[in-house]
Amino acid sequence: MSIKEIFESMDYGTAPESAAEAQKWLEDKGRAFGHFINGEFTKPGDGFDTRNPANDEHLAQITQATQTDVDAAVLAAKSAQKSWAKLGGHKRARKLYGLARLMQKHSRLLAVLETMDNGKPIRESRDIDIPLAQRHFYYHAGLAQLLETELPDRDPIGVCGQIIPWNFPLLMLAWKIAPALAAGNTVVLKPAEYTPLTALAFAELCQMAGLPKGVVNIVTGDGAVGEMIVTHPDVQKIAFTGSTEVGRIIRRQTAGTGKSLTLELGGKSPFIIFDDADLDSAVEGVVDAIWFNQGQVCCAGSRLLVHEAVSDKVHAKLVQRMEKLRVGDPMDKSIDIGAIVHRTQHDRISDMIGSCQTGTVHQPDLDMPDSGWFYPPTLISGLSPAHPLMQEEIFGPVLVTTTFRTPAEAIQLANNTKYGLAASVWSENVNLCLGIAPQLKAGVVWVNGTNMFDAAASFGGMRESGFGREGGWEGLQAYTKPKTVSKKAKLITPKSGAANEHHDLDRTAKLYIGGKQARPDSGYSKAVYDASGRYMSDIPLASRKDIRNAVEAAVAAESWGKTTGHLRSQILYYLGENLDARKTEFAARLDQMRGGKTGAAEVEASIDALFTYGAWADKFDGDVRNVPIRGVALGMNEPVGIIGAFCPDSAPLLGLITTLGSALAMGNRVILTASEAYPLSATDLYQILDTSDVPKGVVSILTGSHVDLAPHMASHLGVDAVWSFSAQDISKTIEENAAGNIKLTWVNYGLDRDWLNSDPIEFLHNATERKTIWIPFGEG
Amino acid sequence: MSLHNNPLDIPRNGGMGLDLDWVLSAQANTSAIERRASQLGTRRSVKKAHQAAWLLKAVSCIDLTTLSGDDTSNRVLRLCEKAKQPVDAGILAKLEMPNISVGAVCVYHDMIPAAKSALEGTGIPVAAVSTGFPAGLSPFHLRVAEITESVAAGADEIDIVISRRHVLSGNWQALYDEMRTFREACGDAHVKAILATGELGSLRNVARASLVCMMAGADFIKTSTGKESVNATLPVSLVMIRAIRDYHERTGFMVGYKPAGGISKAKDALVYLSMMKEELGLRWVQPDLFRFGASSLLGDIERQLEHYVTGAYSATFRHAMG
Repeated sequence: MSIKEIFESMDYGTAPESAAEAQKWLEDKGRAFGHFINGEFTKPGDGFDTRNPANDEHLAQITQATQTDVDAAVLAAKSAQKSWAKLGGHKRARKLYGLARLMQKHSRLLAVLETMDNGKPIRESRDIDIPLAQRHFYYHAGLAQLLETELPDRDPIGVCGQIIPWNFPLLMLAWKIAPALAAGNTVVLKPAEYTPLTALAFAELCQMAGLPKGVVNIVTGDGAVGEMIVTHPDVQKIAFTGSTEVGRIIRRQTAGTGKSLTLELGGKSPFIIFDDADLDSAVEGVVDAIWFNQGQVCCAGSRLLVHEAVSDKVHAKLVQRMEKLRVGDPMDKSIDIGAIVHRTQHDRISDMIGSCQTGTVHQPDLDMPDSGWFYPPTLISGLSPAHPLMQEEIFGPVLVTTTFRTPAEAIQLANNTKYGLAASVWSENVNLCLGIAPQLKAGVVWVNGTNMFDAAASFGGMRESGFGREGGWEGLQAYTKPKTVSKKAKLITPKSGAANEHHDLDRTAKLYIGGKQARPDSGYSKAVYDASGRYMSDIPLASRKDIRNAVEAAVAAESWGKTTGHLRSQILYYLGENLDARKTEFAARLDQMRGGKTGAAEVEASIDALFTYGAWADKFDGDVRNVPIRGVALGMNEPVGIIGAFCPDSAPLLGLITTLGSALAMGNRVILTASEAYPLSATDLYQILDTSDVPKGVVSILTGSHVDLAPHMASHLGVDAVWSFSAQDISKTIEENAAGNIKLTWVNYGLDRDWLNSDPIEFLHNATERKTIWIPFGEG
Repeated sequence: MSLHNNPLDIPRNGGMGLDLDWVLSAQANTSAIERRASQLGTRRSVKKAHQAAWLLKAVSCIDLTTLSGDDTSNRVLRLCEKAKQPVDAGILAKLEMPNISVGAVCVYHDMIPAAKSALEGTGIPVAAVSTGFPAGLSPFHLRVAEITESVAAGADEIDIVISRRHVLSGNWQALYDEMRTFREACGDAHVKAILATGELGSLRNVARASLVCMMAGADFIKTSTGKESVNATLPVSLVMIRAIRDYHERTGFMVGYKPAGGISKAKDALVYLSMMKEELGLRWVQPDLFRFGASSLLGDIERQLEHYVTGAYSATFRHAMG
């Protein structure tokens, strides 16, 4: 084209980034890679190709790890872990700093490799992925430096197995490796099958940085290798980012093993536009939300909810904006949308959209490349919430849209999903935005923005988007464990006695559901005997239907989560006051049930615990994170929701009160299953709950078999978390059944805790989920 | 009369009644606009022959400007010669683009005759800043009279300054009336409304003032006088051209855009051109709808063009001064 022609057409032409250095790097490696184990690359073996999805060019041969390879990697990590931890925070900080610097020095090679392997536009790998990955190492160098003084009671977990996805290969590696190493763990990481190259380049940087051998190990392969890591007995922690489906499998595979688990899964994140938003900016936000990384982003704003008053206008602007998107060679610096990572994903997206019979599918008339796995930006309007495409994650450049009438309806629609990863809210009315943000079920909320990330602000999901946070102090915490060593919980066999012994007046405890005493649905009871075998009372045997009723009552008490900390603290103090008034009776009951004279001390400790959690109710604050924007990132500690808890035998009153106190203080509703051996301290509490202004449904108490109730509690899709302090072996059952809705679990794996000295912060952490609200601000 | 280089005859903005509902509903979120602005230069890249062609386009859109107290007829003459031959003829010959000239020459009222005579027969319009430029605080009737006199002196385009106080006090009606009067005084001369965005306090005010000036018949909206402490920026530009887009959608009129002050690098000019193309479309990347108000930009573009032609980095003294 002549200058004159271009002068008239004002075409962009092409502006290709050079692949020469990256190709040379691949050539130098013989285009074949082994694993990185114990500081060395292994010889390349049988495996698979990794190809450039934009042009199907063969990039390199990748080795499929065998069990022997995984064993070697885990062994190397295990052998290196103690000395790595012993190096101390400062020396680990130096290494992390060194890695950050090396990533900076080789940033263009990493960016180009990423784009060739993944298909994402070079603009994104160059300006977003690689800088964020570097930032993660810098930030965690700082956390390593501060760890010993700031988290003195925490230890590293040990060997971490990390499985990362193909959508942000190096960035996800950084999110996994930096905190693990900062805390003194060692890792075995498996990059995704489609995108292993930057992880292997990173392995080389580990060598250059002089990282001790075995601290970072990288094995390549498909899901089978992931499974080998997940099920390896010497791996103590699994961190997984990927699909909810695989997350669920990992949850089941690790159930009961005591492996710490972080899952960062799928999403269908709402993007909410109100009528008073800056609509042009909101439309540009949509571009950054769903046409970023070809929409292959777990937190992509893929569900557009628009205020009816402006929906036509927004739709028109969106359609107009889509015409300007450029799809094509990801190495071209003027490309907005690159290639879908792999044919399989391309087919999946095509099938999902192809089968859409309702709604209006809009795809702009763009120049599309003749070959490679490209998918055009797509807008589907006119779908109702019931449509599968409004519910299921598409993981492609496809936006579905619907309208709402009121803020309340916007929240309802936004939360009408099994996921809970992220959300965007657009309005120039900050009252509206800040009012809505806490009501959205999402781990991250962006106000008048989208897809903002930083190492200082934690990221992670609620509901089936997973659990655990990455980034910030929370992310580091997830790679540590308490220093305390726990003893095995003692299983207490309840005393039995003569069944025909009776009191003058019948004493039959009931269940406590929805603020009322209720007979068990099963119609069965069992007798409870005291320490010397004398009959005390009958207690009901709760069944799954009683769990169902208790959950229904808890659901109806949802507004408890919106009460003020001040109110909740008053109620907890009041519970303490009322327990104090009957302390002699409660102490006597404990002594009568289990013998001895420890009852009075346990009652005192229980009153103390109620005051402790009453005190924390309005003090377990969130914080403001120092993120690189003009604005704030608020870290909010939000209630988990409905917690089902199995209470311990070792402290039948204190264990239950600690659980209840911490859960209520943070605004949760709780369904407590009383100590199986000593249930009467729990049933005695009903009257105290009734007289202490605890709203009905906020606390329910069940009695009966932990083993029988655990699977039903854990599989109930309306329960958000299950805790077990039970002496019964139910941890595995709970974790397996919790996979259904990826609920949070906090179980004891049969270990007891020192209830007289329990750490309230540990309870409060488990009673809350972190939400990060990004609020850019400023006018000028 | 129509503007220089007009490839298509587009109807002149006739304006409309003041629609306050529309004006007051305009929103501008600073942080989000800054984010988009920061991506403009990274989402598009123009290289090699394309870059050369784009830079020539930029040259054709420059309002070559001198607005100094010490301007003389000879100084203006020199500038006009540069306007006629903005880039070395040898370089243009190699690019096979011999007939490139700038968009206009922009001067104070007293320099209009000198500019007119220097540019006679070239088709390059003369623009005059007016209405008590740069502050716009002289008596209203004198500001109107200044337009009349500049038009009488032969100015093809009039760059007026708005009363910032009308924006700052929310007196949109006063702003509208003032702009209407200025537009009428311009007659056939095209009028550019200088908003002095650096003095309007917020991007929202920029959006609202842009709409009011267009409703009152501005042919162009322009960021700055070049005398404010902050002149043209990408965020301000986004707000103004989005207002132009909305106005076009509702009225069908195409209003031009002129960022002025602060654009001195060839690379920045490319970003502005691509912004116009992305946000408004190709039609707006023509001198009848887009101008750079700039004095030092041309020098950098000349150096880049020489680099393209020779492959060697250039030096300032090799290019004729204006």
